[in-house]
Amino acid sequence: MNLYFIIGLPFIAALVAAVLPSERFRPLVIPVTALFHIALVFKGVFSPELYTADTMLGLDALGRLVLLVISLLFAASSLYAVGYFRTHPTWGNRTFIACLLIFLGAMSLSTAARNLGLLWVAVEATTVVSAPLIYYNRNRFSIEATWKYLLLCSVGIALAMLGLLFVAYAGLKGGEEHTLQIDQMLTTAGFLSKPWLRTGFVFLLVGFGTKMGLAPLHTWKPDAYGEAPGLVGGLLAGGLTSVAFLAILRAMQIMTAAGEQALAHHFLLALGLLSLVFAALFVIRQRDIKRMLAYSSVEHMGILAIGLTMGKLAAYGAMFHVMNNALTKGALFMCAGNIHRYFGSKRMCETQGAINVLPWSASLLLIGFLAITGSPPFGPFMSEFIILRGIFAAGNFSLGFGFILLLTIIFIGMSSTVITVVLGPSMEGQQPSDAVSETFMTVLGPLLLIIAVLVLGLYLPEPLRSLFQEAADLVVAAQ
Amino acid sequence: MFSSIFFHILLLVGLSPLLPGIIAKTKALVAGRKGPPMLQLYHDIWKLFRKGMVISKTTTWVFRAGPIVGFAVPVLAGLLIPFGTMDALLSFTGDLILFVYLLGLARFFTVLAALDTGSSFEGMGAAREATFSVLVEPTVFVAFLVLARTSGSLTLDTMLSAGAKGELFHGPATMSLILISFCLFIVLLVENCRIPFDDPDTHLELTMIHEVMVLDHSGPDLGLILYGAAMKLLLSAALVLDLILPSAGNVVVDCLAFVVGLLLLAVCIGLVESAMARLRLIRIPQLLVGTTLLSFFALILILR
Amino acid sequence: MANITNEILLAVILLNFFILGTSRLATCIKTVASQGILLALLPPLVHGVNGHSLLLLTGALIIKGGIIPWLLFRAIRQVRIRREIEPRIGYIATLVLGALITAGAFLFADHLPLLPHHLHSLFIPATLSTLGTGFLLLITRRKAITQVLGYLIFENGIFIFSILLAEAMPILVEAGVLLDMLVAIFVMGIVMNHINREYSSINTEHLSLLKE
Repeated sequence: MNLYFIIGLPFIAALVAAVLPSERFRPLVIPVTALFHIALVFKGVFSPELYTADTMLGLDALGRLVLLVISLLFAASSLYAVGYFRTHPTWGNRTFIACLLIFLGAMSLSTAARNLGLLWVAVEATTVVSAPLIYYNRNRFSIEATWKYLLLCSVGIALAMLGLLFVAYAGLKGGEEHTLQIDQMLTTAGFLSKPWLRTGFVFLLVGFGTKMGLAPLHTWKPDAYGEAPGLVGGLLAGGLTSVAFLAILRAMQIMTAAGEQALAHHFLLALGLLSLVFAALFVIRQRDIKRMLAYSSVEHMGILAIGLTMGKLAAYGAMFHVMNNALTKGALFMCAGNIHRYFGSKRMCETQGAINVLPWSASLLLIGFLAITGSPPFGPFMSEFIILRGIFAAGNFSLGFGFILLLTIIFIGMSSTVITVVLGPSMEGQQPSDAVSETFMTVLGPLLLIIAVLVLGLYLPEPLRSLFQEAADLVVAAQ
Repeated sequence: MFSSIFFHILLLVGLSPLLPGIIAKTKALVAGRKGPPMLQLYHDIWKLFRKGMVISKTTTWVFRAGPIVGFAVPVLAGLLIPFGTMDALLSFTGDLILFVYLLGLARFFTVLAALDTGSSFEGMGAAREATFSVLVEPTVFVAFLVLARTSGSLTLDTMLSAGAKGELFHGPATMSLILISFCLFIVLLVENCRIPFDDPDTHLELTMIHEVMVLDHSGPDLGLILYGAAMKLLLSAALVLDLILPSAGNVVVDCLAFVVGLLLLAVCIGLVESAMARLRLIRIPQLLVGTTLLSFFALILILR
Repeated sequence: MANITNEILLAVILLNFFILGTSRLATCIKTVASQGILLALLPPLVHGVNGHSLLLLTGALIIKGGIIPWLLFRAIRQVRIRREIEPRIGYIATLVLGALITAGAFLFADHLPLLPHHLHSLFIPATLSTLGTGFLLLITRRKAITQVLGYLIFENGIFIFSILLAEAMPILVEAGVLLDMLVAIFVMGIVMNHINREYSSINTEHLSLLKE
């Protein structure tokens, strides 16, 4: 019952927001919804309800993890949203807010889907509904980014559908009753016809990998994240990527149950490494802060993919990393949004010395940058360290050293941009008269997220630790 | 035996000028006019044969040879094709190649005769005509391939009797045969310079293709050309009809059915001509390539 | 009954060729709509007339045959575009590529490990051919609306394959898929309109400002 509320609440809120006539009060629907949502999610995650094998909706450990991450991120973003809309009082926000809430609902639905087809429908819905969100700035660049995002992701998702159908055909060919219910597929996985299953997995990986942003399918990310408002960028980078990762995890579950995990690991490892390399190459001398964050997102998707393939310990680290990445990225994008709005530009040459004019956003950006590149004592350091331990425990020393090297390169590349933006010399006489400074609301969200990330790095609460462990156990078979 | 030879030649030589007349009459009726009488082409040819000729001084024997070849070749080619259930008069393995290249020979000489006059208009029309023929030849070959595969033999006689056996309506190759008949209909339109590929009624030299090639001929030569063109039309129509028309068993009924089929096909061509306009020149290669691909597709279907 | 299925699939493949070769946008939209209608007729023919397949039939008919073409016609009326410009590789090359893909699909389908009663039907070649056509349209065409049509044809191809698997897809999922497609086309139409407002054309080659 709780689950129906979790999923249905955002849709009802979207309806309310669409109907509400007042432009000033409409943004308030968002934090109210977020509050109820996160309360329900806490109840649903930490005292989970059982579900049967043929139900459409149910939360297993993986679903609970991603749902928790999404809800936390959305809650912080909702605080930011209130401040954000106050800075654009003349822009209409009815479509945006309605789409934002439907976005939350679709993401929640995808975490709870026990039928792969339903999962697909939810992910496709998130694609379609996030396109208007990217276009909120209404200029040539954002329309271009929106079109490329819409087309590339739709085609990718269509390929994922093809993969789903191949996997279903594998069931048909295997002689068993063919179905897309996850639980039934896991029990009959041994009977799935191998060639169809493998082909289906490849298509699923390509399709959902496009959504996740693994290289070489990441080309839409810099454009989309770069042109979207900071609020949307954070939700996409933290929420949508986690949902897409969940879809890939489901595919991995089936492959593992069918005994094909070696092949699945090979593919994921290749894509993960490629993502790291691409991110390292493109983050150097990246002048646009939002595009830089997009490449950082590609990097972390690569880390997640690699972590998944290196055994139980690294898988645990990957699950931990899902939460860390989402929360930190949310904070980073929101701060970048603040800086962008103040200076009217997001390019390095035009936004220097932010710390003098936007003390909170700039320092949070700096701290967030340190967190995301893996500095202790923040959460991402812990999760990346665990993944590295897993890599070395599995005996892949060269991979481990390559991993460290690439992460270092990314650190160096990002640092030049971030430090220039935050601590660079102030440019004289460039103070735009209508500069929008940071407000309490636009700083509160990122601040809470950074504090959360710090806490996760210092002390991991037991319920969370067991959640990560349960989730990892679902994906990695006993060695 | 002799009666079939006689009937074959009579059909080819006697009936062919009727077809363009029917086409013109159909077009006129659809357009709301009365149009020329259906036997007009007979009168025109008779008139032309009794006229004198004007021959340009810049031409050579090629100019005289063109119409003669243009008349002789359809007669020869007509010996290779069965008309409905009436067998071809001449048939041997591989005669389909002879057929295609006989028609090519006629075209070759017409083009040469046009070039021989040394006028730029004829050259332009000749170039266009040659291009279209090149593009349509693969279609003809692939169509013959399909027919060879269905009938299992390489003689035109057996290949084209697919229709007589009623294979168009039931049998494993129905879809392919339908596609091939459609392609052969397009080939008919191209080879005989009908709309949408060429407008036989245009009087603007810049838009003529076939008409401009024969612009300089006069008198008996022009008569031979017109007669040859009508016979070519009949041959192409026979190709299409052979695939479609099922056999009724009785020889007389079959002959009558074939004749009626020819007349109906001429009416069809007239309707197609009335319904469409001539395509832009850059679109014609696209359409022809599309037809070739369609015939390839029919081949693939049959190879499965 | 089975024969009509083959004929319908053949007609779908022929429509693919037709779309590849035409440049008039209205004709393209009508052709894609007719392809959708033909495909909607398949589930009752293949799986027998029952509630599931009839629901699928009506849903697909209304959405693919009615609402989506209406949305697309509205889109081209708003941007006042009626013709496609020459694709990146030319019409003839596109047609030839499409024919090669179809030929390859037929050859490849015979070597796939299929269930015995699927082996000699036209389902797999039709799927691959339609997927290829959709992909070709997406890559080679320049106007945004033709890219949207390419996406629709791609989805049609996936639909053909999904007909073989009716039991695996509950009504909820099928309905979700159709609705998703509908909303996607709706959003794409709106975005196209905005592109037109920004650039006075929907030639996607204008969309090349975002670079590293």
